[in-house]
Amino acid sequence: MPEKTVAGKGSDRTVEVPVEARLKMLHYMKLVREIEDRIERKLYRQGKIVGGVYVGRGQEAISVGTAIHMVKDDVVAPSHRDMGVFLMRGVTPRRIIAQYMGRAAGLTKGRDGNMHMGDMDYNVIAFVSHLADNVPVSAGVALAFKMRGEKLVCLCYHGEGATSRGDWHEGINLASVHKLPVVYFINNNSYAYSTPTSLQYAIEDVASRAEGYGMPWEVADGNDIIAVYGAAKRAIDRARAGGGPSLVEYKTFRMTGHSAHDDAGYVPPELFEEWKRRDPIVRFENALIEEEAITPARIEEMQRECVAIIDDAVDWAEQQPYPDPADVTKGVYYDEG
Amino acid sequence: MALTTYIDAIREGIWEEMEKDERVFILGEDVGIYGGAFKVTKGMLDHFGENRVIDTPISESAIVGAAIGAALVGMRPVAEMQFIDFISCAFDQIVNFAAKCRYRWGAGVPIVVRGPCGGGVHGGPFHSQNVESYFFNVPGLKIVCPSTAYDAKGLIKAAIRDPDPVLYFEHKYLYRRIKEELPAEDFVVPIGKAQLRREGDDLSIITYGAMTYTALEAAGELEKEGVSVEVLDLRSILPIDEDAILETARKTSKVIVLHEATLTGGPGGEVVARIAEKAFEHLDGPIVRIAPPDTPVPYSPPLEEAFLPQVNDIVAKARELAAY
Repeated sequence: MPEKTVAGKGSDRTVEVPVEARLKMLHYMKLVREIEDRIERKLYRQGKIVGGVYVGRGQEAISVGTAIHMVKDDVVAPSHRDMGVFLMRGVTPRRIIAQYMGRAAGLTKGRDGNMHMGDMDYNVIAFVSHLADNVPVSAGVALAFKMRGEKLVCLCYHGEGATSRGDWHEGINLASVHKLPVVYFINNNSYAYSTPTSLQYAIEDVASRAEGYGMPWEVADGNDIIAVYGAAKRAIDRARAGGGPSLVEYKTFRMTGHSAHDDAGYVPPELFEEWKRRDPIVRFENALIEEEAITPARIEEMQRECVAIIDDAVDWAEQQPYPDPADVTKGVYYDEG
Repeated sequence: MALTTYIDAIREGIWEEMEKDERVFILGEDVGIYGGAFKVTKGMLDHFGENRVIDTPISESAIVGAAIGAALVGMRPVAEMQFIDFISCAFDQIVNFAAKCRYRWGAGVPIVVRGPCGGGVHGGPFHSQNVESYFFNVPGLKIVCPSTAYDAKGLIKAAIRDPDPVLYFEHKYLYRRIKEELPAEDFVVPIGKAQLRREGDDLSIITYGAMTYTALEAAGELEKEGVSVEVLDLRSILPIDEDAILETARKTSKVIVLHEATLTGGPGGEVVARIAEKAFEHLDGPIVRIAPPDTPVPYSPPLEEAFLPQVNDIVAKARELAAY
């Protein structure tokens, strides 16, 4: 049985978050929103991004409030709405924009697009479209940590839709049986493409499936970064201390279509209205102002800083060359040269 | 010197690599306490401990997925499929994750996925398959199919040391039937290099795996009739040794391509195509494919015998080809 099971609806805000960490999280949430707005609402519409665009608008608290706990050698396997992971791991906005534009300076050098990027120099494993594939892969990373006696943790992200795939169940079970230092985050944004959660699973909290695997689990409000931070901290601390894996479900809402071409006409408009009032960035800004941790003027300044960073990234990326067609066959296998 | 069986050669190869390199570990179903369904991993749990010999749930996709994850952070996992037929459950992890990481984002995935393949032991449709054709069209993978104990050991070592994902298909019919004296010193067999098993002048049989022995037996029969047959054992089919294929085709001008995978879409078609493209002017007859018919592998002995290419089938086809 799990040593500790905390089931709830995620309003546990008792965790202590240092002011420095709060301000860092606000900066990164704003930077995520700015880079994704620029990608989806400008570069994509200008035809400068030719492939699919998937953003995590309204879900910024999840990647930022979890990845902030990583130490240098931890490894992370993000999914396609976890931009904050890349930025917090130190991947530059310049290379991210270049990645979206299919330039040679992108993380995949034009071999893959959008959020399908990774780099083991940053300990970020690239996502594949086949959902939940990263669940057993993350268990394997954690297996290596355990075998080598390292106090490291692997963080793995996916949506609620991925929990329906067999790989999810195989990976969660393997991680639990071998008590591996991995934390699984479910970014439950209420829709998998057009499919609502009611057609995805027949339980209230999909994370409660952890019970069947003997794994601790928790549900938290994904639009409240303090709740996100706290739930992640509890799970990551447990994994790092040898307590095994955990499953954390963050309830949130996808404030867009599945991708830039999808108008989300299947989503009742009142849901967008309701969740707009819970915007994680506005909510956090108001809380910080109320606590006098930041001034409205500083927030405006922070916004200008983010805009400047992304302006620079776009300018830089647009000057980068496309990959050389002569390289199309290179790098399939290890090349000693 | 004692003779080493094909199965012991595999075990010794893994064992020696685990002794030499602490990054190497094994995982799979029943590989630890039980020592593997065929005992390839026998004794490893006692010797190397449960940290490096990992019994897993029945989850082929998670076995391969976990191997990939461990490899991404510097380990050298050797994943066992209890029967290679079950590799289909891990197809997605192999073709979409392992095979594409290096090309997409420059991350090497040095894993070995190995397991017993092949028929002749009345295993029926789910314990007899040859699965190489499923993976032959996947850039980023390497595929090896050893036929001798020497190659079994040399190729498992090469596979473990290889920086890319290698599928290692060991033929269960050969496990305890094939034995030979092996060098005491460390050796590897390079991936992608074929080996002539018999030299001849009139006709070439290009094959791999257990069919190598069927080809050699047929060659012996044909020799009595005055037909000199060359037998090329591919050993690796991805990458495939095109130079060796073209060399034997140009030498004898008549080629039979033989394998135990079913005919349509099998690796033999690729061998035929390369000869037709690059050695056409050297040919003195049609290139002949011999392979099982396009059916599942049947269970009952007379059906399985009818399914698997037999010495007589090869001799008959070779006579026709030799007459050109």
